Amino acid sequence: MSAITRDEVAHLARLSRLALTDDELDHYATQLDAIIESVAKVAEVAAEDVPPSSHALPLTNVFRADEVQPGLAPEQALSGAPAVEDDRFRVPRILGEEA
Amino acid sequence: MTMLYDEALDRFEPVLGLETHVELGTKSKMFCGCKTTFGAPPNTQVCPTCLAFPGALPVANAAAIESTIRIGLALNCSIAEWCRFARKNYFYPDMPKNYQISQYDEPLCFDGYIDVEVNGEPVRIEIERVHLEEDTGKSTHVGGATGRIHGADYSIVDYNRAGIPLVEIVTKPIPGTDRLAPEVAKAYVTELREIMRSLGVSDVRMEEGSLRCDVNVSLMPRGASEWGTRTETKNVNSLRSVERAVRSEIERQAGVLAEGGKIVQETRHFHEDTGTTTSGRSKEEAQDYRYFPEPDLVPIAPDPAWVAKLKEALPELPLARRKRLQAEWALSDHDMQAMHNADAIDLVEATVAAGAPAADARKWWMGELARRANETGVPLSGLPITPVQIARVTELVASGALNDKLAREVLEGVLAGEGTPDEVVERRGLQIVNDEGELSAIIDQVLADNADAVEKVRSGKIAAAGALVGGVMRASKGKADAARARQLILEKLGVSE
Repeated sequence: MSAITRDEVAHLARLSRLALTDDELDHYATQLDAIIESVAKVAEVAAEDVPPSSHALPLTNVFRADEVQPGLAPEQALSGAPAVEDDRFRVPRILGEEA
Repeated sequence: MTMLYDEALDRFEPVLGLETHVELGTKSKMFCGCKTTFGAPPNTQVCPTCLAFPGALPVANAAAIESTIRIGLALNCSIAEWCRFARKNYFYPDMPKNYQISQYDEPLCFDGYIDVEVNGEPVRIEIERVHLEEDTGKSTHVGGATGRIHGADYSIVDYNRAGIPLVEIVTKPIPGTDRLAPEVAKAYVTELREIMRSLGVSDVRMEEGSLRCDVNVSLMPRGASEWGTRTETKNVNSLRSVERAVRSEIERQAGVLAEGGKIVQETRHFHEDTGTTTSGRSKEEAQDYRYFPEPDLVPIAPDPAWVAKLKEALPELPLARRKRLQAEWALSDHDMQAMHNADAIDLVEATVAAGAPAADARKWWMGELARRANETGVPLSGLPITPVQIARVTELVASGALNDKLAREVLEGVLAGEGTPDEVVERRGLQIVNDEGELSAIIDQVLADNADAVEKVRSGKIAAAGALVGGVMRASKGKADAARARQLILEKLGVSE
């Protein structure tokens, strides 16, 4: 049985601003399903005394001192931007698709 | 239609919730070493990390962690022994990463409270959580009529603010405020602002956005036990607006409910000019953030001994300080509240520290100077006069060198940029006439000019001497010592009191 539905893939695609065709939705649903199945196998072998883990390293409290470091000049920062206006990144209309 | 406030409160009970964002005053950003100066030219305080260039990794700012824990302690919170940052995923150009590093179900601080006073009554506001995240960039919407996001053709983004440490403080729902809901909301944000100031963790300037408040309001019919649907109002940029936004949302929701309508759970925007809110994006749709633990940052596990030390070192908090000063200055609740509302407490305290009696310090700041501040539309602390200068003026009055009228002229001179109080006295010639010969000559002239009054006083109507003293004050342009003048007049006329 499929753990992830086509509708869920469509929802995720929308949240990620990806325009997927119907064929692609089916394709990704199958792939995501396989991924979820594999992850579920890990859950099967997890014993009660093993806490869920999010980080591979047994480290905590890695901080930096509150010191200013040189950053980029605006020309450098904006050099890769598709569009620039008044030293700012110019982006397409934000609410267009929902209006 | 909106319903009038009083009628709305006759029929419904409000429940409040307040979400406050405080930009920390660290030198560098939360996860990179970029500067945090307000108002710098666009995109001059950015680097590969806060612009999310591939491969750049965040490292947490130790000072921001410490400030957040101190805020939590000041708000009587428990501090997490272990917690993580979380990714809040959303596609919106104000964050170049397409996610914001925040905290989700493991806030650094939780379960606290603060006490505020409303109309002299204590109100306890429970704090749900205090967590640390990064601020977003600043978008400017171009095209369209209003400069707002709706109807804009495109937007331009400045990432100077993106990545500045931002602390979010969330209250538990606040029921039971009844008619005082707007005042409670304002008192809470005011107190929070003062706590932040006393901790020195932020400059908390609402007009610059370093303190921002979202106001949640819901209504339920009187006597109901189930809370209504809430709205979240953003863009509330002053203490006064906090009060107005709560009031306006209560009036609007009551109107909708009274007509049998339903409140939509949504974000609303407050408009300073009209004092009302309008609908923003719908919350249900927007809130699919797919949080997960931030893999690029390791967990935070504050050493309990360090936390205990931070707690030990907290400064006296504002409410405790106000109580102490009120007792020291022997003020009524009403007078203390008035000073608090006028933001005069620090100034009066500094004036007292500079040697002035509390009553005099209060008299000048809350009287003449408050009037001046009002007239010129600046806060008291923005007047070009210092507590030390006020203390000097009270000293001059106490020593008899100035009377109140002259003192007011001295203040006027100082405010006009004519120098220190002593310089203004010197330049404007405001010293009380202490030269007995000069005073005597003025009195002789006044006596000669007021035969009627002189006759009355001689015949025993001592009250008539008031007119003669008034004449002396006028003739001396207010510089005579009125008590001494009266004494001399009576002497010269050969009468005694």
